Amino acid sequence: MTVDTVGRFERALEGLDVGLERVPAAEATDRIETIVQEPAVGAPLPFEGVALPGSVTTAPTNRELEAAETGVTPVGFAIAEYGTVAVESTADGAEPISLYPERHVAVVAESDVVPDISAGFDRLADGFADGRDSVVFATGRSATADMGDLVHGVHGPGDVHVIVLEDR
Amino acid sequence: MAQRTRSQQADRIRNLLETEGEAIHSHASASNARRYETYGATDDLEALRTDARSIKEDAIGRLPDLIDTVREAVEANGGTVYVADDAADANAYVSEVVRTGTEENGIAGDGETPSVVKSKSMTTEEIDLNDALETEGIDVTETDLGEWVLQVADDTPSHIVGPAMHISRPEIAELFNERFEPDEPFETAEELTRFARDHLGEHIREADVGITGANFVVADSGTITLITNEGNARKCAVTPDTHVAIAGVEKLIPTLSDLEPFVDIIAKSATGQPISQYVTMLSPPTDSPTLDFDRPDDPITGDGDGAADVPSGADGTGDPDRDFHLVLLDNGRMDMREDDQLRETLYCIRCGACSNSCANFQSVGGHGFGGETYSGGIATGWEAGVHGQESAAEFNDLCTGCSRCVDACPVKIDIPWINTVVRDRVNRSGESESYDFLVDGLTPDLEEGGLDPGKRFFGNIGTVAKVASATAPVSNWLADAGPVRAALEHTLGIDRRRDLPSFQRESLVDWFEGRGGEATSKKRAAEPRAQRGGVEASSKRVERAGSRADADGDGAALDREIVLYPDVYTNYVDVDRGKAAVRTLEALGVPVRVPDLPESGRAALSQGMIATADRQASELYAALAEDLDAGRDVVVIEPSDLAAVHREYERLLPEGSVERLRANSYEICEYVYGLLENGADPETLSTGDGAEPVAYHSHCQQRTLDLEAPTVAVLERCGYAPETSSAECCGMAGSFGYKREYYELSMDVGERLASEVEGAETVVASGTSCGDQLETLLEREVPHPIELLAPGGYRA
Repeated sequence: MTVDTVGRFERALEGLDVGLERVPAAEATDRIETIVQEPAVGAPLPFEGVALPGSVTTAPTNRELEAAETGVTPVGFAIAEYGTVAVESTADGAEPISLYPERHVAVVAESDVVPDISAGFDRLADGFADGRDSVVFATGRSATADMGDLVHGVHGPGDVHVIVLEDR
Repeated sequence: MAQRTRSQQADRIRNLLETEGEAIHSHASASNARRYETYGATDDLEALRTDARSIKEDAIGRLPDLIDTVREAVEANGGTVYVADDAADANAYVSEVVRTGTEENGIAGDGETPSVVKSKSMTTEEIDLNDALETEGIDVTETDLGEWVLQVADDTPSHIVGPAMHISRPEIAELFNERFEPDEPFETAEELTRFARDHLGEHIREADVGITGANFVVADSGTITLITNEGNARKCAVTPDTHVAIAGVEKLIPTLSDLEPFVDIIAKSATGQPISQYVTMLSPPTDSPTLDFDRPDDPITGDGDGAADVPSGADGTGDPDRDFHLVLLDNGRMDMREDDQLRETLYCIRCGACSNSCANFQSVGGHGFGGETYSGGIATGWEAGVHGQESAAEFNDLCTGCSRCVDACPVKIDIPWINTVVRDRVNRSGESESYDFLVDGLTPDLEEGGLDPGKRFFGNIGTVAKVASATAPVSNWLADAGPVRAALEHTLGIDRRRDLPSFQRESLVDWFEGRGGEATSKKRAAEPRAQRGGVEASSKRVERAGSRADADGDGAALDREIVLYPDVYTNYVDVDRGKAAVRTLEALGVPVRVPDLPESGRAALSQGMIATADRQASELYAALAEDLDAGRDVVVIEPSDLAAVHREYERLLPEGSVERLRANSYEICEYVYGLLENGADPETLSTGDGAEPVAYHSHCQQRTLDLEAPTVAVLERCGYAPETSSAECCGMAGSFGYKREYYELSMDVGERLASEVEGAETVVASGTSCGDQLETLLEREVPHPIELLAPGGYRA
């Protein structure tokens, strides 16, 4: 994937007040460690050589999920145009882990950042063909204006960080 | 439902203007402004809209097949599909699912009452699901913040997207402080939101069943799409082990790839966001583990016998604990599908852009501009289809046909036409009223049934104007007299506070004939430039000039001949703008004819009198056929008449006639723009000094036809610096502003426009109604742009 696409992704995220960091896989664990606010829960990261920091609880209990400040999940792909990350409904709980805690840390491989929504739908179609047919396009932070002014962090996270694994 | 009287309706609108108007306006107009911005920044917007529409056309066309397809897909996933005929059927099914689920699994949480959490769904509002569930002893909590505010306030949605748009923050704070008695009173949106998050979070964690709507349902994969900004739909769908999604059958689209344009456009049209925060595509039951907060020490990924063993998440059957039901609601939709006029309503993706772009909606909101459930422009179609015509009749007249929603709609639904059709049907279903005799003589028409006398009057305004003009100035004095105004108000509903048009004794057609008709126009058009506006040139000099012009190739303009359309207002009321148009065209070298032509049908359409409009359209086409054959251009001054030809005639005339008329008819300033582009000399007109400021209000239908730009360009070419208005509409829209029940609303809308332009020394407007409204509000002359440009200017 070209640097431009990630650059475009970064600019879109800036507009959404979402931070993006590019790190080599070897440094990812350390970077995640500095971003998470404890208690933290996570879904296992499927990237070779990248592990969740020890402080992040995987396979959390219901109590741990409820109490978590941060949820760390991998995302299947990202759409640069809108700053969107595609979270899959996997059995290890990526969907609730990305949704319940106040802070969501999304980890994506650079090669999985696609330029626009059309390319996103191509990836989605591939996933559907492979049986991954429940996906959330999450863009920025949960928001509402229903109480009269714009407020972030309503039912979903009010704080989102994206880690792009440069060498994946 | 009984129709309100005029004064009851006036009272109701006044009350809404006072209580909900301000909050609605600030929210709806902000969404509308963001929509313009986002639409403007989207390169392929038109392609997206076209795609979206054709997918919907196709899907509605083969809806029965799609229902079969989605049933197979959902069942293959392990879920259930239920097609509910009507509200009672749907409600009974959902109640049964909740009852069975809680019997099998036990009731979650501490209580003994089954509990349901809901994500915002207009479809469940349509069937009054909450009431039905509560009657069955089931606890229901809305989790969308706006919907929850309404639940606490025991109120109803006033907007398809922002249901509680009409309640301001201080009002919400007051409501919540009273109801929940917090230690520290709530004040900020932040405090209110945090409280709601905690309170509703608890309900979601303890709920037995989650109920959502669905923005789209992909038939061949059984994927429901939920589009939200808050995240509550995701929580309702994935937290409890039972999920019920309720969607109108029209939400079905064939395949995943059909979803793309909708995902791309829905937030843009709804709130002006490039995309919503959460576009959730679920093919339930999903692999995502269910969450049981009653068992805090269990891992969310199950106890070893469930989905945790399948971490790939791709087994296609989902978490075995999950139960999913898709309820597809008919409730009149399959009949709408058979109805050639209402079918388009089913293409609606419920974005609310029609509401936001509607000047009347911005003032009164959905409680004035909506039926039992749906609100705004498209609500007429929905209410007529799902709740019946009476529900639509209540607010149908609030659509003035301004057409500002036409460009806003992401699926290109002709919303004003749906409103016209329903108005026509309502007209025909009415009881005959006792004042018919008063207008019978004046208003011969094809409409049967008890058509409201006011509607008959305005729908036949051409006949009225003819009589009034023939008897002017007596008719004007009479119309201004107190007793007559009282009678007009009583019988026809014409508000006595409104200035009536002043009919001219000499119509434009008579004036044109009186000055020598076509022959004189030819001479004037052929006059050498230096002589124009001065002493009449001799006919010999004119001939010489004409042949010279032809010889040196400067005679292009002379090859054109124009039929200037004398619409009712130009012909009888605003004759000056007609004269200005004639003088301008002649000065630019084009001869004009002003024949006595039939009405366009525009006035009749506004009143929902389709048969009358149909007849008039045919008569007008017949009267113009020879001119069209002779290659003459038809130039129209009143934008709403041009809009009838360009937009509505396709519903009234054969395709070939419409194409012919459409291709050869122009708005006056558009035509002048064309002449200037082809070498006509603007110096023969009244020009400014290069930067003379002028405030310009186009006209709602003119803007929909993309004809604001040519007028702006002509003004610029002629030395003016036009500043265009951004208010959607003047609030007058033909007869609308005259009617007693809408007087206050018309003024409220008008004030927004007036406050934009009041600082300008010169204000011009293209439409008659717009001009009238602005003249009333600004208390000064507001000419048509052509009057500003005509040789000698509008004060000449």
